[in-house]
Amino acid sequence: MKSLVVCRRELRSYFSSYIAYILLAIFLLLSGYFFYSDLIFFVLYGGYVLPTGLWQYVFLDMRLCMLLVLPLLTMRLFAEEKKLGTIELLWTYPVRDGEIVVGKFLACWIFFIIMLLPTALNPLIFYRFYHFDPGPLLAAYLGIFLLGTAFIACGLFISSLTENQVISAMATYGILVFFWFLTWNEEVADQQIIQVLLHLSLFDHFFNFSRGVIDTQDVAFFTLFVLFFLFLTLESLGVRKWRGVR
Amino acid sequence: MIQASHLTKQFGALNAISDVSFEVARGEIVGFLGPNGAGKSTTMRILCGVFPPTSGHAIVAGYDVVADSLRARGVVGYAPERVALYLDMTVREYLRYVAEMKGIAPSHRRTAIDAALSSCGVVHVARRLIGTLSKGYRQRVGIAQALVGEPRVLVLDEPTAGLDPEQVAEVRRLIRHLRGERTVILSTHILSEVEATCDRVIIINHGRILAVDTPRNLNQRLRHTSQIHLEVRAAADVVASRLRAIPGVLQVDAALDAAEGGSAFVVTTEKDRDLRAELAAAISAAQWPLLELRPVFLSLEDIFLSLVAEPAPATPVTHDEVTGRLSA
Repeated sequence: MKSLVVCRRELRSYFSSYIAYILLAIFLLLSGYFFYSDLIFFVLYGGYVLPTGLWQYVFLDMRLCMLLVLPLLTMRLFAEEKKLGTIELLWTYPVRDGEIVVGKFLACWIFFIIMLLPTALNPLIFYRFYHFDPGPLLAAYLGIFLLGTAFIACGLFISSLTENQVISAMATYGILVFFWFLTWNEEVADQQIIQVLLHLSLFDHFFNFSRGVIDTQDVAFFTLFVLFFLFLTLESLGVRKWRGVR
Repeated sequence: MIQASHLTKQFGALNAISDVSFEVARGEIVGFLGPNGAGKSTTMRILCGVFPPTSGHAIVAGYDVVADSLRARGVVGYAPERVALYLDMTVREYLRYVAEMKGIAPSHRRTAIDAALSSCGVVHVARRLIGTLSKGYRQRVGIAQALVGEPRVLVLDEPTAGLDPEQVAEVRRLIRHLRGERTVILSTHILSEVEATCDRVIIINHGRILAVDTPRNLNQRLRHTSQIHLEVRAAADVVASRLRAIPGVLQVDAALDAAEGGSAFVVTTEKDRDLRAELAAAISAAQWPLLELRPVFLSLEDIFLSLVAEPAPATPVTHDEVTGRLSA
């Protein structure tokens, strides 16, 4: 399976540069701090319902950290290969474009999971002092996992469009923030249009998860979102067939 | 080993190559010669499966590069013009990655990597990070990458670009070493490279093939006169008028590089007529000391310039047409 070869190389590339460690550290520091401050808030004002009083805030905050960090992880995936010119060699090996896309996606995904796992320490420690129902927490984790996967798919696609990593990251920020703010102001558009936009907003689909609710509609949305961007990435690699190499 | 027939590649309105056809036999080393932007890289990329041709077919080692792309790519090793390597890997790590990508069985990987390392002379830098290597070494790692797995066909795009003379000589030695074992296509705009390494030359300009032949045959076909360089210790005007009287001599021009007290000439004679004996006889009859007498060959530079100086032809031309137009 050539995807695994691609994936392994990407992972070593992440871990052989200090940037990955810095991103990891910043993500854990921020999410740890948010957990701490949300817990204090819960204890002082939150009441008794954990899912809406604590988890919701923790995961909405973690969402922001991910929005900050993930585009910096995805920006290099294709942009760097384009800049170095190594992408051309990749095309001359007996490997399908799809395998390359899957391999790169997988590598970033694994890094994201590695990044996400230590955040489970916070609720685990909390559990030692207070035995809560883990169900809503797991639902929220599923949500943040799906949301992150969607970020990665989007970032991977943007990265395949440019050889400039800064442009790659900025454009990913642009698209993701746009999907977030899509339904921010309900007055900007007609009520019917808002209803359509609401279904497209990444963060509206995440909101249910953060309160501990798993809706198959939301799961289906994220799955389609990911598949759509993986498909776009594949198409974007195919552009060389009629436009040439760069 | 390689059959390209009527390859055409268009990028939008731009015709990168038009109706390019050629064949390369097993074990042959063929040079693609042409100025920058002639379509060399485009042709090579089609052969390597980077992108398909707009029309036409190419078959490499029995596999169609479009219909059977993965298998065709499996038998071709490619070193692109721009040396592109992952700078954060060591040479050996990188070659292992390449071996895995080429699908070489784990049991053969080590030998494949070692063979590529040693034939490119990079064994002693195998543990170094590619980012710390000099340009010459990177170029060699780029060729080693193509050699991994002993592909039957090697496509080298400007393998000596940007190297110092010593490194150029080494790369050429490496390529000559591959003669007979592998089929090699290399591109270059350096003409002496083709003379030094290639069995045959494909001259390409404006995306069309102008000539396909051995360097030697090209030389003969494209000459429409013969020239002889001559140096005599005597007054220039006297010698020139004597030489012009010899039948078959078309023109006598003074050459610049005469020794002191002597005069040098370039004598142009009719094509395929060797007048060296007649010239020598005339000079000795006049009792002038003869210092030098040698035939002048067209250099590949001259051939190349005379071919590419022609405007892009509307239809592909055969050798005879090229020759005919030049002598007309």
